[in-house]
Amino acid sequence: MANKIADSISREEFFYGHKACAGCGGSLAVRAALKVLGPNAVSVLPAGCMSAVGFNFPQLCFSNNSIISTFAGTASMLTGIEAGLRAKGYKDFTAVGFAGDGGTADIGIQALSGAIDRNDNIIYICYDNEAYMNTGIQKSGLTPFGARTTTTPAGSNIHGNIRPKKNMFEIVAAHGIPYAATASVGYIGDFIAKVQKASQIQGTKYIHVIAPCPTGWGVAVDETVEIAKEVVDSGLWYLAEYENGEYRLTHRPKEFTSAEAYLKRQGRFRHLTEDDIKVITDSRDEKWKFIEKNFIV
Amino acid sequence: MRPYIREKKVFGFDDVPENTCFEAGYLVTVNSGWRSIRPVVNTDKCVGCEQCYLYCPDGVISIKDNKAVIDYDFCKGCGICAKICKPGAIETEAERK
Repeated sequence: MANKIADSISREEFFYGHKACAGCGGSLAVRAALKVLGPNAVSVLPAGCMSAVGFNFPQLCFSNNSIISTFAGTASMLTGIEAGLRAKGYKDFTAVGFAGDGGTADIGIQALSGAIDRNDNIIYICYDNEAYMNTGIQKSGLTPFGARTTTTPAGSNIHGNIRPKKNMFEIVAAHGIPYAATASVGYIGDFIAKVQKASQIQGTKYIHVIAPCPTGWGVAVDETVEIAKEVVDSGLWYLAEYENGEYRLTHRPKEFTSAEAYLKRQGRFRHLTEDDIKVITDSRDEKWKFIEKNFIV
Repeated sequence: MRPYIREKKVFGFDDVPENTCFEAGYLVTVNSGWRSIRPVVNTDKCVGCEQCYLYCPDGVISIKDNKAVIDYDFCKGCGICAKICKPGAIETEAERK
């Protein structure tokens, strides 16, 4: 039985033998993206899980050219790599960055904004595990409402994070970027198709991929893919693209599965009360109203 | 297709690269010791749909002769492959050392 998605990407492994936790969603996203981009991809990794698990001298797990950047400088280093290789006369290469949610939405946002402003020919992939997982689960700008982290603990007064998730996809799209997309490692075919599409487009490309972290989310190690599917099926995350000034939904769940079931199976949401869950489902329904109105569905 | 494991070598101060550049895809240690469960492919049931190959975070599954093959040197035993397998061809058993 042939698998079209598997046949469309390289059979070689470019991220192998890394020391990520078992069941790591971020490493799945990096592995899949590099298999699309091939051996001529030059990857940039800021401080974060993927640089911590990929470069343990002498165990160097990237088989393509890779470099660790400063936390804030993923996009600016991509700019430099792209300009440098172009000046040297190289043509067949892709500069790709893999930053976590903190490295994208909090610390690296100005460098990313600058790169989009200059329209540098780079791909920026944000693997979003919804907190600073590498340093021990601190809240980031992309931590969702109600999630328990070590800096937003759940007590009797405050139930975890009090602020909603930053809308990074639309912030990036608001720059008028040539291509932006959201994805989930639970729908790997969709993610691979988006990376393939991004690699064909000239200019800055941004892909925001949800990558569950079993350690930080409080799920079993074999549930990573399931939970990444469920976040899309329950409507709490959506798969969309932004191109030529238009938003387009690429996957539409026929009927939402229970958001409560999705939340309650994770340790970080287990403390939520019925009122908290109502806040989450209401904001989901509002978001989808906005999507129906403004996206091509 | 994966990078091979190099011979074990003790790195002295003189061997550590000065300019923080080093060879890509340089593997010296395996991850098999992390495993508490071991996924086993039942080749009679495996239909070669490659879902486990696509979803493995460590990329340790390859397809040979239309059947899934697991590289036990680097498998961490997360069990995603067993969950994703529709025909139920991958079963997990306790790792015995």
